[in-house]
Amino acid sequence: MANFQGSRINPRKFSASQIKFYVLLVPLAVVMILPVIFIISQAFKPMDELYRFPPTLLAERPTLRNFQNIWGIASATAIPLLRYLVNSIIITVVTVVLSVLLTASTAYALSKKKFRARPWLLRINQAALMFVPVAVAVPRYLVIVNTRMGNTYFAHILPLLAMPVGLFLVKQFVDQVPDAILEAARIDGAGEFSVMFRVVFPQIGPALATVGILCFQAVWNATEASNIYITDETMKSFAFYLGTLTVDQSPAMQGIGAAAALIMFAPNLIIFIAMQSRVMNTMSHSGIK
Amino acid sequence: MTKTIQPRRLKRIGETTKDGLTALWLLLPYGILFSLFIAVPVAMSIGLSFTHFNVVQTPKPAGFFNYITMLTQDDVFFRNILPNTIQFALLVGPGGYILSFLLAWILAQIRPLPRTVFALALYTPSMAGGVFIGFIWRTLFAGSQSGYINALLLQYNLIDKPIQFLQEPAYLMPIMIIVSLWSSMGIGFLAMLAGILNVNEEVYEAAYIDGLRNRFQEIIYITIPSLKPQMLFGAVMAIVGAFNNGAIGVALSGVNPTPQYAGSLIINHIEDYAFQRYEMGYAAALSVALLGIVWLFSKIAYKLFGEKD
Repeated sequence: MANFQGSRINPRKFSASQIKFYVLLVPLAVVMILPVIFIISQAFKPMDELYRFPPTLLAERPTLRNFQNIWGIASATAIPLLRYLVNSIIITVVTVVLSVLLTASTAYALSKKKFRARPWLLRINQAALMFVPVAVAVPRYLVIVNTRMGNTYFAHILPLLAMPVGLFLVKQFVDQVPDAILEAARIDGAGEFSVMFRVVFPQIGPALATVGILCFQAVWNATEASNIYITDETMKSFAFYLGTLTVDQSPAMQGIGAAAALIMFAPNLIIFIAMQSRVMNTMSHSGIK
Repeated sequence: MTKTIQPRRLKRIGETTKDGLTALWLLLPYGILFSLFIAVPVAMSIGLSFTHFNVVQTPKPAGFFNYITMLTQDDVFFRNILPNTIQFALLVGPGGYILSFLLAWILAQIRPLPRTVFALALYTPSMAGGVFIGFIWRTLFAGSQSGYINALLLQYNLIDKPIQFLQEPAYLMPIMIIVSLWSSMGIGFLAMLAGILNVNEEVYEAAYIDGLRNRFQEIIYITIPSLKPQMLFGAVMAIVGAFNNGAIGVALSGVNPTPQYAGSLIINHIEDYAFQRYEMGYAAALSVALLGIVWLFSKIAYKLFGEKD
């Protein structure tokens, strides 16, 4: 096939035919990333540069003032910034760990156990992919009020644990684990839990990492619980508090808002870059059949 | 013969019940949470939509009153909310979806290292949470002369006084759509990229031998058909994402309802009735309408990309 011309998918070498794609991609990527660069630079601008006209894209004399000011504003109110941060860290860690465990064990049961309701449950979960959480804010609020969960960490954590998209992705992955391995482990005397934790979970690492990231993004950025279910200021999340800093549009507050946005955004980005190869690996099994 | 078959069958039945029991224990926690925060709220929405309910008193049955009101009395709903929602959902859902497929396909045509860099650049905006998407773009489109876009336009003398982009009904919706598209290259986009890279090269080779001529035909006859499952997943994610993003108009303009309802979507209308007017029955009817619209869109996606069996 020396003169095979088609399929230049996933090329290993650069060729002139790829230039046209770069011509399209470079400006597009720049447009996509500019607002992000803008917000980063805004966060490091000193006061006079925030007020300057015409505004500059990059900070000329970067400073950490805006970050210190966030700390300052918070100390001026009754609730220290640290309280919101600790709330969010507890909520995020607990939610991500529980959600990954829950998703993994549920996916294992749905993939490897034979029982009559299984096709139905799979169909229900597939339908739940279409679920739009914002549509049921009202009844969720009623559920939380009636179970007396308002003003507790439960109101932050529990609504985010069951994640149909995550379950769907992990189940596709467990399907790939050959039954023979599980059988062999059972013959060697492994109980249900060691089969799950020692045999299945290590094989589906990339999928679990992906669910962890998706869950992290959902819970770390979440403001819904603090907005609607929680009235006690000391129980609200970091994202919610930083969100309140972005309401004021004066140039002085813009720097602080940008710093807040950056603090929220950075963990997302770092975790995703660290895990990106695993995510891509999971995504190749994402098809709905 | 019967001797050997008999015990085996028995054992299999026994295993199935044992499997069923373990499965029950494993599924229970997810099942409870799923019911409590997804299934029950959906059922409650449907139930409440047939009542008058102001949160304080017990719901009073109202029959189809809320639905009739929605269809006949709620001028804002018909004149603004519904057309806005459909326009927004069509452009951001299918529009963003086609865009993410094309971008994924283009990325698959270049080498792995630059691909990763570009994919990251395109994916990054989708990681910013709703509040901060609003903040970033509010600053860029700010109505004073220090707003970035205004400053740029002023500098090149394209306008002579700053435009109130986010308060001007004519500009709000297009800006909402741009912002949503900007942040829509998320998980569905990654799924399609991974899917395109996974198509077996031999399939392409065989197709070229069979007379495939160019890359356009390649996309139509090979890439899309081999990608159907990922295409469907991406489509469902795009639709859900478009509707989940519904609060963007309020985040940008800073008020609910948005100026002259220009950027109000059904989500904002629900929040308006639920948490500002406390007409929960009517808000629930709107929620049911929203879930219905999402379901309808997804149904179309399944029709297009689902495998018939």
